[in-house]
Amino acid sequence: MKKLSGIIVLIVGLLLLYGVSDPDDFPSWGTPDSPANKSPVSQYFITDTIVDTEVPNMVTAVLADYRGYDTMFETVVIFVAGLGIFSVVRVFGHSGSGRVVTADTKPDMIITNTCRLLIPVIQLFALYVLAHGHSSPGGGFQGGVILGASFILVALAWDLDTALKRFSEKQAIICAGIGILIYAGFGLASVFLGEEFLNYGIIHRILPGVDSPEMARYYGMLGVEIGVMFTVASVMFLIYGLLATRGRMTGGL
Amino acid sequence: MIFAFDFIILLFLIPAAIIALQLKDLLAAAMVFGIYSFLMCLLWAEMGAVDVAFTEAAVGAGVSAVFMIATIFNTKRNSSD
Amino acid sequence: MEEFIHSRFNYWIYVILMMIGLWGMISKNNLIKKLIGMSIFQTAIILFYVSIAVKSETANIPILPHHGHDFSPKVALAHADSPYHEEDHGDHNGHHTHVETPKVPDPDGYANPLPHVLMLTAIVVGVATLGLALAITQKIYREYGTLEEDELLEKVRADDHD
Repeated sequence: MKKLSGIIVLIVGLLLLYGVSDPDDFPSWGTPDSPANKSPVSQYFITDTIVDTEVPNMVTAVLADYRGYDTMFETVVIFVAGLGIFSVVRVFGHSGSGRVVTADTKPDMIITNTCRLLIPVIQLFALYVLAHGHSSPGGGFQGGVILGASFILVALAWDLDTALKRFSEKQAIICAGIGILIYAGFGLASVFLGEEFLNYGIIHRILPGVDSPEMARYYGMLGVEIGVMFTVASVMFLIYGLLATRGRMTGGL
Repeated sequence: MIFAFDFIILLFLIPAAIIALQLKDLLAAAMVFGIYSFLMCLLWAEMGAVDVAFTEAAVGAGVSAVFMIATIFNTKRNSSD
Repeated sequence: MEEFIHSRFNYWIYVILMMIGLWGMISKNNLIKKLIGMSIFQTAIILFYVSIAVKSETANIPILPHHGHDFSPKVALAHADSPYHEEDHGDHNGHHTHVETPKVPDPDGYANPLPHVLMLTAIVVGVATLGLALAITQKIYREYGTLEEDELLEKVRADDHD
C-alpha cells in the first residue's frame, strides 16, 4: 500500500497539472479578467462597502457584516473544538498510570524579568489589533490569538500553575461561552427591534450617540469582533493547558 | 505580484515541505514546519492578502508550532520514519 | 512559450505542494508526520485560493486609503453643508449646493476581497482541527505506547482477537 501511494500521487498530480495548464478554460495567473475577479458580488463588495457601512477595510466588513452567519458558526466551531479536546484528554485526580511528565527547571531570572516587561505590551497590542480592525489589517481573530499567546507565554516563562492562578480553567470555559453569547446577542437584539437576525442596521435605536444605520453597522461589527476575541483567546489557552500536561492541568512544560 | 519575489519564495517552499516530512527528529520537523508557515505568510503578504497573512503569522508561529511541541514533549521525540 | 510559462508557473508549484502534502499523509508511518502532511496540504490549498484574488501588478490591498474619506457619502454630505465649501467648486455661486456625489472605488484597483474572507475562516478551522488531532494522538500514545502506524495496527488487531 505504501509503495502504491507514490504512483497514486503521481497520477493525481499529473491530472491536476494538465487541468491547470489548459489555455482555453483556466484563466492565467493574475489577470483582472478572470471570472472570479469580474463577478458582480466581488465588484459590489469593492464599490459599495463604504456606502452601506462606514468601514474602509473590505475584508472585515464582508466577514462581520455581509457574511456574519459564517463567522458566527466558525466561532462555534472553535468553541466545540475546545470542548472536544477537554472531553477527550482531561483526567481528574491521580490516574496512576504512565510517567508524570514535568520539566523540572525553576523559572529563570532573565526570562521572567523579560516577560514581565513584554506581556503587558503584547496584550495592549492585541487590543489595538482588535480595535483597529476596521481600517487596517486585523480584527477579532488575530487579536484573540495574540491575547491567547500572551497567556501561553506566562505559562511558559513561569509554570502553568502561575498562569492558572490568574486565569483559571473554569473562567476560561465561561469566557469562551460568553463570547458566543455576545455574538448571538447582537443578532437577537436586531430581531427584538424588528429586523432580521444579524442585521445590525436597526440597533441605532438603542445605542446612544449613534444616529444612522451605517454607523450602527460599524459599531455592531465592533461588538461582534469583541465576542470573537473572547472565545478565541480562552480556547487557545485552554487547548495549550490540556495538551502540555496530558490532561492533568498541573506540571508539564 | 512581483514575479521575482514570488519565484524565489516558491522555490524555497518545496524543499521546506519535503524536509519537514523527511526528518527523523520530530522536534526539528516541527521547527521546519514553522519555517514553512512563515514563508507562506510572506508570500500572501506580497500577493496583497494582508489580513490572511496576519492571521497565518499569528496562528502558525504562535499557536500551531507550540501545540505540536507540547504534544511531542509528551510522546516520543524520535520517529522511525 | 515564455508567456505560457510565465502565466502558469505559479499554479504548477501549487499542485506540486499539494501532492507533497498528500504523499506525506498517505505514506508516512508516524502519526505526527501525517498531521504535518495534512497541514501542508491545507496551507497549499489556501495559497491557491488567495492567488485567484490577485488582479495585476498595480492593484492595491483591499483597504480603502485615508480611512475611506474620499469615498464615503457621509463625509461628502458633511462637506457639502460646511460654510467653507466654495473654494472647491468653480462653477457654483452661493452656498446652497447640491450634495456632491463621492467618488466610487475603481473595481480594478483593489484586490478581490472575497477569497480572503473565505480563507480566514479556513485557517482558523484548520487550527482547531490540528488541536483536536493532537489531543487524540496523545490519547493513542497513552493507551498503546507507540505512535508508529504498523505497530499500532498489530496491537489493535491483537486487542480485537481477545
